[in-house]
Amino acid sequence: MKKLSAFPLVLTLVVAGMAVAIIWGPEKQWAAPPPPPASLINGAGATFPYPIYSKWFDEYHKLHPDIQINYQSIGSGGGIRQVIAGTVDFGASDGPMTDEQLQDYKGKYGHDILHFPTVLGADVPTYNIPGFRGELKFTPEALAGIFLGKITKWNDPDIARANPGVNLTGDDIVVVHRSDGSGTTYVWVDYLSKVSEEWKTKVGKGTSVNWPVGLGGKGNEGVAGLVKQTPNSIGYVELIYAIQNNMPYGQVRNSSGSFVKADLLSVTAAAAGAAKEMPDDFRVSITNAPGKNAYPIASFTWLLVPSTIQDGAKRKVITDFLHWMLNDGQKLAEPLAYARLPKEVVAKEMKAISGIK
Amino acid sequence: MASTTVVVEGAPRPGRARAFLLRLRSGDEVAHLITLVFASAIFLITVLLVFELYRNSALAREKFGWMFLVTRTWDPVFEDFGALPFVFGTVVTSAVGLLIAVPLGVGAAIFLAEMAPARISDALAFLIELLAAVPSVIYGLLAIFTLVPLLRTVVQPFLKKTLGFLPLFQGPNYGVGLLAAGIILAIMIVPFIVSISREVLMAVPVEQREAALALGATRWESTWKVVVPYARAGILGSIFLAMARALGETMAVTMVIGNDPKITSSLFAPGYSIAAVIANEFTEATSDLYIHALIELGLVLFILTIILNGLARLLILATQRKGTAHP
Repeated sequence: MKKLSAFPLVLTLVVAGMAVAIIWGPEKQWAAPPPPPASLINGAGATFPYPIYSKWFDEYHKLHPDIQINYQSIGSGGGIRQVIAGTVDFGASDGPMTDEQLQDYKGKYGHDILHFPTVLGADVPTYNIPGFRGELKFTPEALAGIFLGKITKWNDPDIARANPGVNLTGDDIVVVHRSDGSGTTYVWVDYLSKVSEEWKTKVGKGTSVNWPVGLGGKGNEGVAGLVKQTPNSIGYVELIYAIQNNMPYGQVRNSSGSFVKADLLSVTAAAAGAAKEMPDDFRVSITNAPGKNAYPIASFTWLLVPSTIQDGAKRKVITDFLHWMLNDGQKLAEPLAYARLPKEVVAKEMKAISGIK
Repeated sequence: MASTTVVVEGAPRPGRARAFLLRLRSGDEVAHLITLVFASAIFLITVLLVFELYRNSALAREKFGWMFLVTRTWDPVFEDFGALPFVFGTVVTSAVGLLIAVPLGVGAAIFLAEMAPARISDALAFLIELLAAVPSVIYGLLAIFTLVPLLRTVVQPFLKKTLGFLPLFQGPNYGVGLLAAGIILAIMIVPFIVSISREVLMAVPVEQREAALALGATRWESTWKVVVPYARAGILGSIFLAMARALGETMAVTMVIGNDPKITSSLFAPGYSIAAVIANEFTEATSDLYIHALIELGLVLFILTIILNGLARLLILATQRKGTAHP
């Protein structure tokens, strides 16, 4: 009896011990942690460029062991929110910040957010037509019509006219789109908004939209999985994802009227076409860009950096990194299937870095 | 009493101190206090959760009011939000899941507890508990690669052919949709029902069975008319737990439900659940109203769970038969 009743006392001691451990723990660690790097920079945002960003930050840490840049790929929306909340040193986003968000930031901190394009990505239409592995050609009208739910059969004249010689059946088209909010969706619907007035007024653009038709798949892999499994389906994925997974994807007619297949060159060409009219804050959409070889459904992805960084050491690290990213860093992009920035844009960004005070 | 004790300023009276120490050593006070703290922590977490959900959905509640519950649109671009399609998808998939899982789970539990040899019962129970520990994303993958193709090529065409006159089994056949989500939910919640129901059935005193047999009941009669009613409360508890899990399941559902916020009469059609849309859209939601609408969806799910639980309990009270029911 006595032995049994000692149990609650033991429990008390254990709980009290845990409380003490929690309160005193951080100061009395068993092993000494490695000395913290001299400069620790925190960033958060877009998931699409995460592979190249982590490569960059890793390589940069190897070159400068005293500098550590942490990046959390929490999504573009999260990146913008964290920047406005002031919890990170820089953000990253697949879509530029809106005027409203920039105003919000300026009102809070008294300085601006600068956008720095880092690499380029593109969306491709991928499809599953039983017995056909070739390349389909899509006109902007066909893509808008399909995703608006107006073109419902594969042998619709809008599709068939661009694909003479391909035997398309009258099967119903199954549309697949992203269900999660994503920069990929933003680029896709931004393009559709530019080529279709009806899309612009009915659906609009955003990281998530109210889709007129279709099934939603979570992530690139969700869309790819649905398209692979569902006969007569069409969806959109990032170019990198389509290349890495050996998925068939179609050509799209650009603003000059030529059908272009997405690859690293045609994506960079789209950026070069847009570079001439690049605004000073780099917030530009390059979908439906001019240029004979430009692939029309492409986009920059941006780093979001405050124009004023109080901490001199942090400022130096960030500006140094931006310099490195625009020069040596760009060489690392293509092996990871990201299109690199055109020279004009790099030159313009180099100037913009001096705007960080 | 007090006058006979020497009171030292600032120190507890020795008699009291000894009594307190005694109680401390015997542990009643301590155990009471500690368990009270633990219990109130649960209460506190619930209150905090509701409070945070309520506070962080202020913008959406102000803008849409009660219309939020009956609006069918979910348009992040033009910021017009309504919860109805998500409530519909959540309720329908959970209902399909329970319709399949309850007979299956309770049946399996009866077999394991009452009929199977102990060795088989223990081995199977172990396997079932393993199933309950499988992460839901694994179930989702299983659904995408196995269940959905099976549904598209075999099950749904069959249902369409045989039961196609019902609006439930009409329309285009994608494989993914409400039915697929309901079935994967059923697979996920069956282990809960089996595992808990089996334990409860095995805890029924053996005298109950013996009494029934002595009165001339067959083995099955004693099981069905005596043991199961005796264990009724516990079995229902397992079903409640399963329902809560089905309502809140996110990953596996979003992988197969089709993620299209529409309300349709067909189980073949894609739908969307509350938990799925929150998980899908929260990370990329940029505007305040959008985030508040998503958080209000969380609040709706919380309230929906409470309402459904309450309804289920009412249903049980209403159908409780006299004589057989055990509280």
